[in-house]
Amino acid sequence: MVWNELAGMIVIGIGVAFDFLGCLGLLRLPDVYNRLQAGTKCVTFGTCGILLGVFLMQGFTPTGIKALVGIPFVLLTSPVGAHALAKGAHIFGVKLTDKTVVDHYAEDRGNKLTL
Amino acid sequence: MADTIYTISAFIALAAVITAGVRLIAGPTVADRVIALDVLTIITVSLIVYIARMSGRIIYVDVAMVYALISFVGVVAFARFLERGL
Repeated sequence: MVWNELAGMIVIGIGVAFDFLGCLGLLRLPDVYNRLQAGTKCVTFGTCGILLGVFLMQGFTPTGIKALVGIPFVLLTSPVGAHALAKGAHIFGVKLTDKTVVDHYAEDRGNKLTL
Repeated sequence: MADTIYTISAFIALAAVITAGVRLIAGPTVADRVIALDVLTIITVSLIVYIARMSGRIIYVDVAMVYALISFVGVVAFARFLERGL
């Protein structure tokens, strides 16, 4: 087995594990915002890991370069979507869990309601 | 050796998709379902690239890149709809 294939397999394995753990957090956590945090962060990292692993396997071939170009797309679009979704859910009125300590965004919105 | 690792990775990814699908079906609020949909689309991007590597078809990677951008537009549209701004 060549070294780049081995390295790609290791990185792909880490990425798949992070994908699964993020989905497990999506299932287990008690709140919309906790679920959003678990799901989006872990799954973004796992997807970037799988793309990087494919790049490591392929090297500087068209497939590898395209997989490498796909990483910034996921890294830029996924947190923006998660932030918009959290703000939308908060304005929509989704309740926080009972164990919440502080909610700064509600205090800020209490001061001025201009969106 | 290599095929075994590929198969195990595919099954773990299948378990992740099923777990997110359970949340998609059972989510109490609309936001839960949209989050599950977001997670499913991001996992699908990685799976498309994985399948492109396995089957040796380069054109699938283009599909994955386009799908990442389009899913972002969909999620942002849902978020704007939730905050009544669409």
